[in-house]
Amino acid sequence: MNAKRTDFVATVVIDLIVASVVGILFFLLAYILTAGLPHVSWSFLTGATDAFSGAGGIGVQLFNSFYLLVLTMLISVPISLGAGIYLAEYAKDNWRTSLIRSAIEVLSSLPSVVVGLFGFLLFVVKFKIGFSVISGSIALTFFNLPLLTRNIEESLSAVSRSQREAGLSLGLSKWKTELGIILPVALPGIVTGIVLSAGRVFGEAAALIYTAGQSAPVTNFADWNPMDPASPLNPFRPAETLAVHIWKVNTEGLASNAAALSAAASAVLIIAVLLFNLGARLLGNYLYRRVTASK
Amino acid sequence: MEQTNSQLKNQDTQSHEWDTRLHHATKATHEDWIGRGISYFCIGIIILVVASMLWFITSKGIATFTQNHVSLWKFLSGTNWAPDQGQIGALPMILGSFAVTFAAAIVATPFALGTAIFMTEISPNRGRKFLQPVIELLVGIPSVVYGFIGLAVIVPFMRHVVGGSGFGIISATFVLFVMVLPTITSMTVDSLRAVPRFYKEASLALGATRWQTVSRVILRSATSGILTAIIFGMARAFGEALAVQMVIGNAAIMPKNLISPASTLTSQLTTGIGDTIDGTLPNNALWSLALILLLMSLFFNALVRFIAKRGQLKHER
Amino acid sequence: MNKGSKLAMGIAALSILLVGCGKATSSTSSKGSSEALSGKVTAVGSTALQPLAAKAGANFTAKNSKVNLTVQGGGSGTGLSQVQAGAVSIGDSDIFAEEKDGIKADKLTDHKVAVVGMAPVVNKDAGIKNLKMAQVKKIFTGKITNWKEVGGKDQKIVIINRAQGSGTRATFENAVLKGATAIKSQEQDSNGAVQKIVSTTPGAISYLAFSYFTNKLQAVSIDNVTPTDNNVQTNKWKIWSYEHMYTKGTPDKATAAFLKYMDSKAVQNSLVKDMGYISIHDMKVTKDAKGVVTQN
Repeated sequence: MNAKRTDFVATVVIDLIVASVVGILFFLLAYILTAGLPHVSWSFLTGATDAFSGAGGIGVQLFNSFYLLVLTMLISVPISLGAGIYLAEYAKDNWRTSLIRSAIEVLSSLPSVVVGLFGFLLFVVKFKIGFSVISGSIALTFFNLPLLTRNIEESLSAVSRSQREAGLSLGLSKWKTELGIILPVALPGIVTGIVLSAGRVFGEAAALIYTAGQSAPVTNFADWNPMDPASPLNPFRPAETLAVHIWKVNTEGLASNAAALSAAASAVLIIAVLLFNLGARLLGNYLYRRVTASK
Repeated sequence: MEQTNSQLKNQDTQSHEWDTRLHHATKATHEDWIGRGISYFCIGIIILVVASMLWFITSKGIATFTQNHVSLWKFLSGTNWAPDQGQIGALPMILGSFAVTFAAAIVATPFALGTAIFMTEISPNRGRKFLQPVIELLVGIPSVVYGFIGLAVIVPFMRHVVGGSGFGIISATFVLFVMVLPTITSMTVDSLRAVPRFYKEASLALGATRWQTVSRVILRSATSGILTAIIFGMARAFGEALAVQMVIGNAAIMPKNLISPASTLTSQLTTGIGDTIDGTLPNNALWSLALILLLMSLFFNALVRFIAKRGQLKHER
Repeated sequence: MNKGSKLAMGIAALSILLVGCGKATSSTSSKGSSEALSGKVTAVGSTALQPLAAKAGANFTAKNSKVNLTVQGGGSGTGLSQVQAGAVSIGDSDIFAEEKDGIKADKLTDHKVAVVGMAPVVNKDAGIKNLKMAQVKKIFTGKITNWKEVGGKDQKIVIINRAQGSGTRATFENAVLKGATAIKSQEQDSNGAVQKIVSTTPGAISYLAFSYFTNKLQAVSIDNVTPTDNNVQTNKWKIWSYEHMYTKGTPDKATAAFLKYMDSKAVQNSLVKDMGYISIHDMKVTKDAKGVVTQN
């Protein structure tokens, strides 16, 4: 009886904790959305920003955020896939591997401002790339690599041994087994990891202030030649993202409605992250079904 | 004669073929070499990045001591931070960073544990469908937004409840609590899920209640994973800058209590770095703060490794 | 060092060439010859100047579409460091290069593009509208700690200072503290943060550029002089500073054209005023790097 009562009490306590966590989360979301959504309009979403007062729309910033995200993922996913496979498959359990793991984790816990300054001094100043999409996405890659590598390694290692052995016994190479059998099974986990890191990339400001820059030159959305300076796809143009824009409006914004603008931009950011999460989750499930032929 | 000759020839080429097949690498082996090469290359890139970052921060961070000849002890134990006047005592920031980090971890851990237990043991279905996306969404809120919500909500709240100006370690703790919650929760969930099913089934079959199973079997066998989660959360709190800076008050003075303004390593770093000149003492001093941050994250990682090793040994026994 | 001097020589050689060209075209360069102007201009530094520079830059590139002009913040220190290192074409700064250790001011050329006035701001609840200069000094050095001592409410004073080394703080301390050391207190690095904190924190005092005044906080007069543009122009209001654009060596053609545009009537008479700065042309006094003010 006593144990039952303890069990009941514990369950109630846990339920309360969960309720309060959910409460906090919903308060945050409601706070951001109610403060921001009334100010969101179509012209706000697509319009150009007034050079600095911050008034006007966030169209370019929204595009920049997504472009930077895609570019960052293009650089970091292949590298972390390779590194994840190395750790899951080839690395021996010795001090060297342990050192490599530590190195990766140190990278993940570095404060973003330090990464940003490193990127600034190395890419922007030393390599003379300037404040640009590419500098920003390399800086973001630094964050992404450890998170993704860890996640990919874990997802790969979680696949049961029998699948691996089945592949090898068919005469496939380790590499083919990994790519053709293990990776598809691990895909949903990897996609979740990518989604999580995408959220972080989307919301990152400190690392981008000094690398991708704080200006969003008006771009010509009819020009899709990546080499043209006015093209939105040009990786060498400065690109203020949505998170940086929020930071800037909050810290130095001169517009009389700065508070409303930043609230609206925050709301859009949250919704974008939400949509991204949902989309990637659906994609992950779809891929999983396609590749493994399981329901 | 001709036939046998050609047969012989044929045999010869065949055996030669076998010879090459057996003595030379197969297609699979080739693939494996390529694969190995690719994955080694990738890990090499990451190591290069880490190494250059370490070298960069270390070389900048030690300039305070090698070029400006500030004694390390004075830097670590001094309480006066005024780099413009040549005073660089970093102790207030070091203490501030530790205080908010530990306080946030202490507040966040029960909440994260409760949520994780709910998600894995009590209602896995609702947990996966509903709680997990919400928690992942939290990660995507920019720290700037956390900072301003903290300023608009938590600071006035603290001012009414505990008095003072509302700026201080306690406000920073609450902002960080929300920020590290997703990290600790999702990693705890992972480690709870990793507990073998039969542990739980055996316990339940013995007639243990759910709570007995959770507290005596599942949590116990996941201890090292949970500790790792907490330390990762602490590492995140330690490195957080923009949000903390808004609510802690960012005053480089020794923290007297939880409600007086204080500052952290990161908040001083972000505030000051734009106003200093490369190569001068104020700039070098800030990089020394960054170096402390780096060393701390190394320390946190060493701790995680240590705990993981202990956990492994326990399992093997 | 060696590389730097080579670079400087290269720039010098190039700029002689360019200046020659510039002279030839400048007389006709209104709209027709704007196609001749191209190049990359990067201005980095002061966040206080950034709004103006960004807006003027956008207008400038609208007319000269071949010029790739970017304006970034990063702080005055970053601006001066980077222009000195030759990494950017223009270093924006709130303070004279002479005031910063580690900057060789004689290597840089100063272009003053605007003036910014700053004033103490207090939370509205404190009930303060005017203070004596000596009182402001005592507040920031920690000798006065309650608003009732200066005729306000019985409320503790909460000081919000600006980041150490920032241009805003240097200007304020030069004009108000005159060598005294401010008490250790909260420090914030941006106008926006100060604006928000002062308007929501009872008893708070800080200082802001005129353009960041809102009706949610109270700008304070000093010795009954109100913080207005007119009073800054005559130096009756003492807390003000120039906004500088520093270049190293002779600027290239595009940079020179932009600097000229910044000084033109189009910018000084409309944009500068619209955005809450004070035109450099309206100043009736001049301040040098040591803070000595002379009548024009």
